[in-house]
Amino acid sequence: MNLDIIESILFATIIAGTPLIIVALGQLIAEKSGVLNLGAEGMMAMGAVAGFAVTFHTGNPWLGVLAGMVAGALMSLLFAVVVLTLMGNQVATGLALSIFGGGLSAFVGKPYESEVLEAVPTLRIPLLADIPVIGPSLFNQQPLVYLAWALFGGIVWFLYKSRSGLLLRAVGESPSSAHSIGYPVIRIRYMATLFGGAMAGVGGSFLSVFYTPLWVEGMVAGRGWIAIALVVFATWRPFRVLVGAYLFGGVMVAQFFVQGSGLDINIPSQFLSSLPYLATIIVLVIISRDQNTVRLNAPVSLGQSYRPDA
Amino acid sequence: MVIENKLVKKLATTTLIVLASLFSATSMAAQDITIGFVYVSPIGDAGWTYQHDLGRLEMEKNTGVTTKYVENVPEGPDAERVIREMAKRGDKVIFATSFGYMNPMLKVSKQFPDTAFVHATGYKMGKNMGLYNARFYEGRYLTGVIAGEVTKSNVLGYVAAFPIPEVLQGINAFIQGARSVNPKAELRVIWVNSWFDPGKERQASMTLMSQGADVITHHTDSTAVVQAAEERGKYAFGYHSDMSKYGSTAHLTAATHHWGNYYTKVVKAAIAGNWKPENVWGGYKEGMIKLAPLNPSLPAELRNRIASMEKQLTAGTLHPFAGPVVDQDGKIRVVAGETMSDGDLSGMDYYVEGVVSKL
Repeated sequence: MNLDIIESILFATIIAGTPLIIVALGQLIAEKSGVLNLGAEGMMAMGAVAGFAVTFHTGNPWLGVLAGMVAGALMSLLFAVVVLTLMGNQVATGLALSIFGGGLSAFVGKPYESEVLEAVPTLRIPLLADIPVIGPSLFNQQPLVYLAWALFGGIVWFLYKSRSGLLLRAVGESPSSAHSIGYPVIRIRYMATLFGGAMAGVGGSFLSVFYTPLWVEGMVAGRGWIAIALVVFATWRPFRVLVGAYLFGGVMVAQFFVQGSGLDINIPSQFLSSLPYLATIIVLVIISRDQNTVRLNAPVSLGQSYRPDA
Repeated sequence: MVIENKLVKKLATTTLIVLASLFSATSMAAQDITIGFVYVSPIGDAGWTYQHDLGRLEMEKNTGVTTKYVENVPEGPDAERVIREMAKRGDKVIFATSFGYMNPMLKVSKQFPDTAFVHATGYKMGKNMGLYNARFYEGRYLTGVIAGEVTKSNVLGYVAAFPIPEVLQGINAFIQGARSVNPKAELRVIWVNSWFDPGKERQASMTLMSQGADVITHHTDSTAVVQAAEERGKYAFGYHSDMSKYGSTAHLTAATHHWGNYYTKVVKAAIAGNWKPENVWGGYKEGMIKLAPLNPSLPAELRNRIASMEKQLTAGTLHPFAGPVVDQDGKIRVVAGETMSDGDLSGMDYYVEGVVSKL
């Protein structure tokens, strides 16, 4: 195996993992506040179609990402009103949002199905990109790849180093305690949910503007669900989300390379295709097998409605 | 006398029935006849369902009937409900355009004996349920010939959905075509295990191209493969539909499907009352398979050669699986001088020589 192949596997791995990281980290923040939004798939679809449409009309992919962010946030606002203000069931509402987003995006996106966007060029970081092998694959990437890393850094700092992050976790652990000492539980949950939606929208727009520059109904193809599962298997820890997402992307790409290489191995392609799922689950379960850390990191009030006493 | 009387009675009733049916036929204008279509995916702008929808529109124009369709119908219990509803509202013919509609359609067809049910790509027929499919591999063979001529690296790539006979026919016909003009050509195959996932299809295309493939094609349902080739400055073939607008330089041609003629024939027969369930497997000869316009960059000599091969396919003198056909492990599947039987084609479960990937 020569270095070129390692380089292109690494490059593709980073790209494949990026939308998962962005969406999963957004979901992680929402879930840390105690809100379980299963609508990621629908929010991503809306982000994808909004991102595509705006990029198509303006020619500016960044406006597209912004549009995707707004679309995702609006979808999650709808969800937040139902579950936080009207006290609807989070699981049922999230599932409905997922289906609704799929349908609405198809409807809105009808006129864009035959359109094509130009591919966005990669952004090369000087010096770092000159490192052999990892340089070109890590530092000559789609701009959103760097954004995902920045998002990761920001979230780690926010959750574990900032006062607001502590507050967010407190709300997710025990909304009644947080409320009793005077914190606006519902408002914090609103903000966390909107952030989760916005990130799902960005992840969606990454798919339709950067990853495969096209819009087709159903193009999210289950990535929203994978992101949600990733958060759970990563036991709500940002670093494990990062590892899980790249592992998933990496195994996916690697098995494509194995298939295309013509190596004389007798493994059915169906098994190879399921490897990314298997590998990610096994690795994350193993690194998260300590029951105490799971209990420590899982937000206790996840999925439960909370109505503050007046 | 008694016998004669009976005969007269019988004649009279028959005449009455014939008259009545004539009367009802004339009183029923063509646009009052409804025809139902069940689609597995959204129509979109290219792809499997898009081609069926073009066929539906062509048939509607030719016959003047009213057509109704339901898109995005999952294979399974939902399909049964949709098909039953169409039969209940009195559709004269119902076309179900995906493999997984076979059992639901067979079930419903038994409950509505007066409706014509027609199912694409399956293998079960009924008293009032016919089958149709196309010899997609004929178009694939021609694209393979073009691929064999234009490749410089002698590595071709194929992004495929699921290892079922129909997909394997396409893969094998493609490399048979390529090696008929370029014995050094080899084919790499990546299975994405999904009919539709633009992200994976693109990833697989990029993988194939970084492994040296300079001409790629696909048996999946998005345009991502053509787009990926355009971006990398390589060549690609579309499938199902003409995909040239997704890559004007990369897109050499596409193996496309055309159902309009067949739909027209079936509906006309059903209106005339002489439709019988059939098992139709049509190709170039029946007009079900065609190539999209060839890329202007292809040399005139090659275009002429392809045009004459199209004529041979239509005439039946060219068969993509004419012997000798040797499989990947060196086993002879068709001896020289013979062509592969339809039965062997439908059961294809191996790669032919020239494919370097393993099943």
